[in-house]
Amino acid sequence: MVLELAKPRPIWQIMFSTHHTDIGLLYLITSLAFLFLGGSLALAIRIELFLPNVEGAGQLIADSMTFNRIFTVHGTTLIFLFIIPFASAVGNYFVPIMVRYKDMAYPKLNAIAFWMIPPAAALVWLGFADFTWYAQPPYSIISAPGPAADMWIFGLKILGVSSVLGAINFVITILKCKHPDMSIGQVPLLAWSFLVTSVIIIVAIPTFAAALLMLLTDRLGVSGFFNPAMGGDPIAYSHLFWFTFHPEVYVLVLPAIGMMYEIIPRFSRKPIYSYNSGVFAFVMLALVAFSSWGHHMFATGMSFTEKTVFMVGTLAAVPASAMHVFNFIATMWNGRIKFATPMMWAVGGIALFFAAGAGGVVNSAMPLDFSTHDSYWVVGHFHLFVMGTIAFASIGFVYYMFPYVTGRMYNETAGKIHFFLSFVGTILVFFTQHVLGLYGMPRRIYDYPPIPEWIAMNQIASVGAMIIGVSMAIFLVNIIYSSSKGKLADIHDPFGLGGKYYYPFEAKNPHH
Amino acid sequence: MSGHSNWPEWIYVAVVIALMAWVGAEAWNAERIIEHIPEGAEVIKVTGQQWFWTFEYEDGTKTIGDLYVEVGKAYKFEIRSKDVIHSFNIHDYVVLMDAVPGRVNTVWFAPDAVGEHDIQCREYCGLIHYNMRGTLHVEEPST
Repeated sequence: MVLELAKPRPIWQIMFSTHHTDIGLLYLITSLAFLFLGGSLALAIRIELFLPNVEGAGQLIADSMTFNRIFTVHGTTLIFLFIIPFASAVGNYFVPIMVRYKDMAYPKLNAIAFWMIPPAAALVWLGFADFTWYAQPPYSIISAPGPAADMWIFGLKILGVSSVLGAINFVITILKCKHPDMSIGQVPLLAWSFLVTSVIIIVAIPTFAAALLMLLTDRLGVSGFFNPAMGGDPIAYSHLFWFTFHPEVYVLVLPAIGMMYEIIPRFSRKPIYSYNSGVFAFVMLALVAFSSWGHHMFATGMSFTEKTVFMVGTLAAVPASAMHVFNFIATMWNGRIKFATPMMWAVGGIALFFAAGAGGVVNSAMPLDFSTHDSYWVVGHFHLFVMGTIAFASIGFVYYMFPYVTGRMYNETAGKIHFFLSFVGTILVFFTQHVLGLYGMPRRIYDYPPIPEWIAMNQIASVGAMIIGVSMAIFLVNIIYSSSKGKLADIHDPFGLGGKYYYPFEAKNPHH
Repeated sequence: MSGHSNWPEWIYVAVVIALMAWVGAEAWNAERIIEHIPEGAEVIKVTGQQWFWTFEYEDGTKTIGDLYVEVGKAYKFEIRSKDVIHSFNIHDYVVLMDAVPGRVNTVWFAPDAVGEHDIQCREYCGLIHYNMRGTLHVEEPST
């Protein structure tokens, strides 16, 4: 692909480039930086919750306002500044090569989409808002302190435009710029995941963009869309928000599944079991993504009919997700599997994907939801997706693309230790949080009463978080050290699988 | 593009769909029964505000933070909010309903044993959300 680090170039050449791999590198470094920043906020949260406060004093964080700001920025960072930019990094590197085109369709637009992220990130981090990542009115209108809240709104606005621009670019690149000899049915599944994801973004994001503007004018006091004191309805915001952000869940998870579709067949040394069912399941998920947003709002006083409709819409996502899992397992079946680091992350991610999906069925069943809603069960549930599935696939893919990006190999032993610690840590944190939710602990609380079960499970979760923290430190050292000092990779077959299992990733599009 | 037969996957998908249909039907049936509020349930008006709960009983008396009910009677909560969204939660009885300003949400329950249970707020509502707690006192019938 490209060897940015093997052949050093001045940094401004990469920063002002419009070449797809240069922008991919910028996305990659930015997203990984925010992975570590957002992750350290998570550690702060877990340290604070290790014990209930003694005489009103926190373990680490002095007051609840700081705590509320920390979990808000933690969520915003990892969703919008790690997961989405990381997917863009992978898409930028791989999609043009997979559809055999010289670059993205609109290279300058591509660069603009990336360069909108740093100012947006600065707004989110310098503001440090406190109203959680979904800014629920009327709290966000009448109670949340500015200018943090307003900076968050502007930051998210910029990020929304950025992802729409990126999505347009991917759709045009895949549909219009693919090689004329290549039919849409030959486009690899990783590129398919970007096509489907981009369509979801283009359909879903404008709704939230509108809601953000209405939220801003409500805060300024010139309108009352969501403010009951001015005749508005806060639940209308919930509908607009979740109409964007339930599909957004699939925007986050589909590229991760695409990455697994890249890793699993290579390291099983077998073609994918069923390409057609992979494409079918992607398209199905994109459709049902829009039929289930209401399950986030079961407890807002929805009618029985509404709840039934959204429950059915939610359960409809299960068969398509299960098809992906089947496809992965059937691909590995009878394969000559090589458990190198990327494969371990992908397989671990599939296992946790299954666990997360099974928990989701419980949430969507109406009567059970009233036991789990807004409790730590939900925290554990969606973290199994974002951490256990998406971050696992993403980190596996960092290891997978590492030799192509740097021309060097990472340290395999450190990569495996990283995986084992993260896997154990993830199970300790998020499985435990499911149980904690069944014991009734609400989300987003700075302190809790000294109930023995709550203390025990919070401590297990905090220890798990420490283990993940240690593993991520190993990861950071490994990628920094190996990118300059690692042994040179055989670019034709870096993982020793036999060269025919690769796309021609050594192919390099000329700079322009 | 695979040319081979794919029947195991379709059987598997059929099984998953059947399972989901069963889960959905059971959930629908249970929720239908749960949401049926019994005749003559005593109405308690619950008001959430930053950061405490107020309870107003049918005889007009009000308590703050402590909710008093009797074993064996059915109660219907009418849940309101004065400022931001809260969520009224008695986890031990799976009572959970958002308190949304401008709306009145209802939920009911019938305590079956004497005892004390925690009441908490389950929707983020700001600075002291973590301590927006109360106690449910289930007492012997007064007559």
